[in-house]
Amino acid sequence: MTKIGLEIHCQLTNLQSKLFCSCKANYREFSPNTNICPICVGLPGSLPMLNQKAVEKATMISMALNCKTPEKIAFFRKNYFYPDLPKNFQITQFDAYGPTSIGHDGKITIEGKEIRIRRIQIEEDPGRLIYEGTSEKTQIPLVDYNRAGTPLVEIVTEPDFDNPKQVRVFLNILVDLLENLGVSDPTLEGALRADGNVSVEGGNKIEIKNVASFHDLEKAIHFEITRQQSLVERNIPIISETRQWDDRRKITISARKKEEEQDYRYFLEGDIPWVKLNSDHFKKLREKMPESIASKRERYVEKYGITNQVADVLSSDKYYADLFEQSHDEKNAKEIANIITTDLMGFVDTREKRETSKLTHQHLTELVNSIMDNKITRNSAKTALQEMVSTGKSLIEIISEQDLDYVSDESTISSIINEVLNEEANAVQEVKEKPETVNFLVGKVMKKSKGKADPSMTLNILKKKLGIT
Amino acid sequence: MSGHQSWFDLNLGISALKYIEEIKNGNLTAEEFISKTIERIQKVDSKLHAYLSINEQAVEQAKSIDKKIKAKENVGACMGMPISIKDNICVKGTKTTCASKMLEDFIAPYDATVVSKLKAEDTIIIGKTNLDEFAMGFTTEFSAYGPSKNPWNTEYVPGGSSGGSAAAVSALECIASLGSDTGGSVRNPASFCSVVGLKPTYGLISRYGLISYSNSIEQIGPITRTVEDTAFLLNIIAGMDPHDNTTIDNQNENYLNDIDSGVEGKKIGIIKEMTHEGVDKQVSAATNKAISNFEGLGATFEEISLDMVAYSVAAYYIITATEAGSNLARYDNLRYGYDFDSEGYEFNSYLSKARKNFGPEVTRRMILGGFVPSAGHAGKYFLKAMKVKSKLTAQVNEALKKVDMLIAPTVPILPFRFGEKIDDPVALFLVDINTVTANLTEKPAISIPFEISGGLPIGIQLLGKSMQDKMLLQAAYALQNTVKLPEVPI
Repeated sequence: MTKIGLEIHCQLTNLQSKLFCSCKANYREFSPNTNICPICVGLPGSLPMLNQKAVEKATMISMALNCKTPEKIAFFRKNYFYPDLPKNFQITQFDAYGPTSIGHDGKITIEGKEIRIRRIQIEEDPGRLIYEGTSEKTQIPLVDYNRAGTPLVEIVTEPDFDNPKQVRVFLNILVDLLENLGVSDPTLEGALRADGNVSVEGGNKIEIKNVASFHDLEKAIHFEITRQQSLVERNIPIISETRQWDDRRKITISARKKEEEQDYRYFLEGDIPWVKLNSDHFKKLREKMPESIASKRERYVEKYGITNQVADVLSSDKYYADLFEQSHDEKNAKEIANIITTDLMGFVDTREKRETSKLTHQHLTELVNSIMDNKITRNSAKTALQEMVSTGKSLIEIISEQDLDYVSDESTISSIINEVLNEEANAVQEVKEKPETVNFLVGKVMKKSKGKADPSMTLNILKKKLGIT
Repeated sequence: MSGHQSWFDLNLGISALKYIEEIKNGNLTAEEFISKTIERIQKVDSKLHAYLSINEQAVEQAKSIDKKIKAKENVGACMGMPISIKDNICVKGTKTTCASKMLEDFIAPYDATVVSKLKAEDTIIIGKTNLDEFAMGFTTEFSAYGPSKNPWNTEYVPGGSSGGSAAAVSALECIASLGSDTGGSVRNPASFCSVVGLKPTYGLISRYGLISYSNSIEQIGPITRTVEDTAFLLNIIAGMDPHDNTTIDNQNENYLNDIDSGVEGKKIGIIKEMTHEGVDKQVSAATNKAISNFEGLGATFEEISLDMVAYSVAAYYIITATEAGSNLARYDNLRYGYDFDSEGYEFNSYLSKARKNFGPEVTRRMILGGFVPSAGHAGKYFLKAMKVKSKLTAQVNEALKKVDMLIAPTVPILPFRFGEKIDDPVALFLVDINTVTANLTEKPAISIPFEISGGLPIGIQLLGKSMQDKMLLQAAYALQNTVKLPEVPI
């Protein structure tokens, strides 16, 4: 039986500062080695100052993944030499004296399958190595410490996945969950990273490291299963080892023996006293915790009669869910949900578009209420929505500028219909024979009115004029 | 004292409190005192080698403080007094070498919290003092820049690792100094050089800017010529620091107030394991005399046995090696350090080459520190050492329920000559045995100069309850006033 486990690293990108100093947690906009201080580059004499907000966010993740949380947590040093690690040890958590990490023994259910969470721990991200130069021989490694000390939460699962598809589903759900908690922005490069471990029947556990994206992880796991199975078929023993994902060749390659035999000499970090997590801490956080995706979905369906599919899309994307929550009331909820999941989705489907969008929840409320009050057609609404996203103008402005106001005046519609009937003699003939084709003519009228004509009034007048029912 | 002191009879041996009084009375200017101190350093430090570097701007700084005093502007409590800083504590813009070739060119880009507090009170940081490399040692013989000498007899070691600080204070090369104490590194040289040295309760003084050796047990501590001066400095440098999560709120305790409350009715425990076996007879006699002096002041005594003391030195070496192995790992010469051409090396060969600049004692402890906490050996060494630490703490806590404080000689043996003990493991044990307990149990302990025996100083140590540093200072003050010691011969 194939067994797959995951180690996910999630940067707490929504925090202001790093885990142990006041440098920015969002290091991405800085030129190399400018988001640093004596603490995060480990200058002699500097000491870590624990960011309490990071403990809060990590506790929320732990609670959301149904983990048990200890009464007090401790930090440990993981000792190893690497150029991106300024102190040559990483401050992390470790369960040497019973559970002292921020969470343990959690679970999450995906498609009816329970995935157990072994441990959740808070730790610091190292810096980054950047290779400059064209060929392998001329490459110069450069170190950028801007990322060093960024708060990370590591989530370790039990080997409960049977196949790469389950991994993908799990990761999708996890990404939504982390975003919904407001702890991390998964669209930022490197904010979420995952390593995997794979074993097949008759084999040993193989760890896969150096995987840049979740997408690649699925591929890497796939490759490993196939590789290990073919070894088993040929009776070649599988030795437990760490393998690196080679992004260029899309294969895994054996890491050097030295690395896997590393002894990290874990011991307590004396510079950070044990942190007590009293019941107040949990109570406060429970109040602060945003509603879970599942609970939102259920509420949307039950309270507003929104369809399952729409509720699913709406609840799992924090951006849409937040817009919905701010713009809806009992009457317009269903229509707002529909506008978001049909029309708006096309306009704000990437991070960049969302960032530049000028749409506010007031826009949405106004727009949907105008549709419901028959002041604007669904068609014109879509045009107006696009304009709101790109310019942020109000509905009234857009209607007057683009001549989008609704036409429900019988004589105006009637005269447009007459024009259409004159132009479309063949279609008129066809409708008289097959009344169900009348929608073609409705469409023509809508087009001529630039989408402003009241569709039901148009239909009624058309039917009357053509003598069909 | 009355009347104006002339330039010639200016006494560099005055206490910090006396210095302030003289400045306030207009009998002395900071410039006079600093200039005279620098003259003194120029005269004696070629023999003592207490300093690794001297503040070239000291006289200028003194002049500007004098100007403030003259203009009746706000002046900090230290009024320009010269204080030296052990060279493992960061002073912005100055070399902070830890007496190691590894940090030969390291210029600290920030002030340690204790240094910024001193500067805020108009202290003049007169220079950086010598130590055993990275504070590992008890004689300064492991300094990469050569040892300091004992001002009482330059053929003898000054103790260590804060040997430069103690020698400088003793030889009137500054009014006071800050050292660091991981296993006795303030108290041991204070005892050997006949000055006062305090290792405060763990967490009382911020370690921010102190270059870590064994961070879970070490503290910065003042070295002064009088107990009152230690109290005065503690008032300035103690207390919570947002830069050090391990600091404790001391409620702005004033350690100088009521320093003369005495020891009437106090119960003092004599630590059996530190006062009999291996103790030099002169040291033993001095200890007995100290006890009888205390009795004369109304204190009562009982002998207390702490059998875990027998394992304390072994536990101390394992814990410090483990932490040092991690704390000193950052010295890979990638970001700062010393001049070294990296051409032709890959990372691992570069690393081992660059780290060859550590001296022999540091290298020994790094190797030990790689071994004792490693998988497969941690249970036999590191975890056992941690067990000793917690049992010893329990024993000391138990003892301190019965008595107010504990007494023992600071070092069981007299100061010794250079080269005499450096390779002798039994001597090593005897040098540390009486001091490491305070570090392992996080308790305050102070060494008080008590006797000069055959020209060599002997210090008495008091160990108190956590956060009762004040009570310890009161007792130390009382003991200090029972003796009159000769002036330093140099």
